[in-house]
Amino acid sequence: MISNFPWLSRGLAVLRKDLRIEFRTRYAYSALLMFAITTLVTVSFSVGGFLAGPEMTDIAAALLWIILFFSAMAGLSRTFVQEEESGTVIALKMAAEPEPVYVGKYLFNVVLLFSLTVLVVPLFIVMLNLSVVLVGGFLATVFLGAMGLAGASTILAAIVAKAGAKGSLMTVLAFPILLPLLLGAISATRTALGGGSPEAINTDLLMLFFYNGVALAASLLLFEYVWNE
Amino acid sequence: MQNYVAVKKLSKEYSCRQLFVDVSVTIPDRSVFVVLGHNGAGKTTFLRILCGLVPATSGQVDFVHCGNVLTAAEKRAKLGLVSPELELYGELSAVENLEFFSGVRGLPFTLQRAREILEFVGLKGRGHDYVATFSSGMKQRMKYAQALLHNPPILILDEPTANLDEVGVALVDTIIRRQKEKGIVIMATNEPREVCYGDQQLSLA
Amino acid sequence: MTWQIILGIWMSGVVIASFIYMPATQGLGEMGRIIVYHVPAAWIAVLAYLMAMVNSIHYLRKREIRFDRQAQVNAELGTIFCILATVTGAIWSKGAWGAYWNWDPRQTSIAVLLMIYAAYFVLRSAISDSDMRARLSAVYAVLAFLTVPFLVFIVPRVYYSLHPDLELVNLAERSFEMDRQMLVVFLASVFGFSGLYLWLYNIQKRFEILFYKKATMRRF
Repeated sequence: MISNFPWLSRGLAVLRKDLRIEFRTRYAYSALLMFAITTLVTVSFSVGGFLAGPEMTDIAAALLWIILFFSAMAGLSRTFVQEEESGTVIALKMAAEPEPVYVGKYLFNVVLLFSLTVLVVPLFIVMLNLSVVLVGGFLATVFLGAMGLAGASTILAAIVAKAGAKGSLMTVLAFPILLPLLLGAISATRTALGGGSPEAINTDLLMLFFYNGVALAASLLLFEYVWNE
Repeated sequence: MQNYVAVKKLSKEYSCRQLFVDVSVTIPDRSVFVVLGHNGAGKTTFLRILCGLVPATSGQVDFVHCGNVLTAAEKRAKLGLVSPELELYGELSAVENLEFFSGVRGLPFTLQRAREILEFVGLKGRGHDYVATFSSGMKQRMKYAQALLHNPPILILDEPTANLDEVGVALVDTIIRRQKEKGIVIMATNEPREVCYGDQQLSLA
Repeated sequence: MTWQIILGIWMSGVVIASFIYMPATQGLGEMGRIIVYHVPAAWIAVLAYLMAMVNSIHYLRKREIRFDRQAQVNAELGTIFCILATVTGAIWSKGAWGAYWNWDPRQTSIAVLLMIYAAYFVLRSAISDSDMRARLSAVYAVLAFLTVPFLVFIVPRVYYSLHPDLELVNLAERSFEMDRQMLVVFLASVFGFSGLYLWLYNIQKRFEILFYKKATMRRF
């Protein structure tokens, strides 16, 4: 059935290749994880003991997404930069259409961020001594938030790789584009941790969902212009 | 059956320097086309434009198959490239590389096919070693495996015998001869023994 | 040259009228005079951004480098007007709300617009090849534009807005004469700012074309 969607089946080939390489080198994952753990420990050490109640949930929601955002920035651009630096990008361009490459890299970044969140989010909750009131809403927020981070970052990573991967370019480019997603995710997380009404969180989740859709559709349309010379 | 490559008035300038101006050639089916020129003359750039990896400043390149000009996607399925700049995935084994390139081209992959092609390029028994551990000559052979994987009618070779030993050079001879029987070879080289394969030559000043 | 002189006189007229002819607005008091500068500047900042995006799309479709230059010029002008709008807004905010900056949704959106402009120029300065610079920055401009509607939706959920658009629209509560005077000056200012934008755009575009010609001449 999958062969009816050439973009998807070929994209999965790219994903499998990237996962294989990542599993052997752990280039991106170690960057992501080390960044996340370091900031998490710092945050927990400096804030953990001092706050409680609604203040705590408000600040914790923002801190969680700051940690995830900067970790994503540290690791997600690797996938394109590595192709560009090692010269494999020519072989890839000769063999693959732009869209499957985007799909593969996007899925790779999603997998990468999910494997980061399953480690970092529980740790975050434990270390800051939080209790999640709306469990379903919280999981959905983390899920959609991580997807959105990966969705908008992937095409930016391709831009950054072409621009020569200069220092903090990725963060500078990503921040204004990811800001709506971050604000939405923070708002939803706040509700989930602080025990707001399910309706409030649903509106935010809907917005996160649409953000994902728009980011994905726009990236698929625009990726060709980034990838081809 | 009309298969040919038409290069029309192709010009390229690169960082304010003219590499070549108004190059027009037609490369017919079943022929070898050789691009000559000293270092820095633009041989590699010329091939990269043919491959669609670099945009031309003006002019165009049409790949014609059965009277139809190929789209970018169709072109991809019909081109094979060997070039010093093209690298394979060092962290993957030879077989995994071939598996990936079949997958991404939407071709079925069998271990049998991989073994055949690796044996043909002289890498028998090394299929499960990482490409990063290969010598430069073996990497060059591996690039041929990648380029021939999908049986492309057009083969583009930049410095075809770079890093190869005598056996390897003989292999390239075989590949070029076979390719000429079924399609087109376009190559950039300055090696006299390769230049003489050329049915047509283009000298970039 | 005539146009520039007319524009100069016109803008001087607007400045004088905004202090003498125009009455202090109800509710906003003397601080209200700043809308004559603040709103048109914000309008031009958004317009220039829109034009930059339209030119970016044109570039991606037609691959003519002049569209890229037009996008760049629009972005440059947009940045200047965006800074003007931010500063005038902050001054007004200090007078009306007591703080220069308080993350009102309007302030948030204009800050993000500034960040997008900044990121756009950082990206441009990072790429030396002109075709690639044009391509990548065009893609970025379009991507950034698409996220703006989400911001308009999400920010008011986090911060409640105090921005007084309603007070300006709500004409029924005010005397007709006063609003007419204000409206005249305000529209004259919008008109003047638009003229200023067109003039600057024209100059900057001609400058960029000359600059490009010079760069291409140098090689021979």
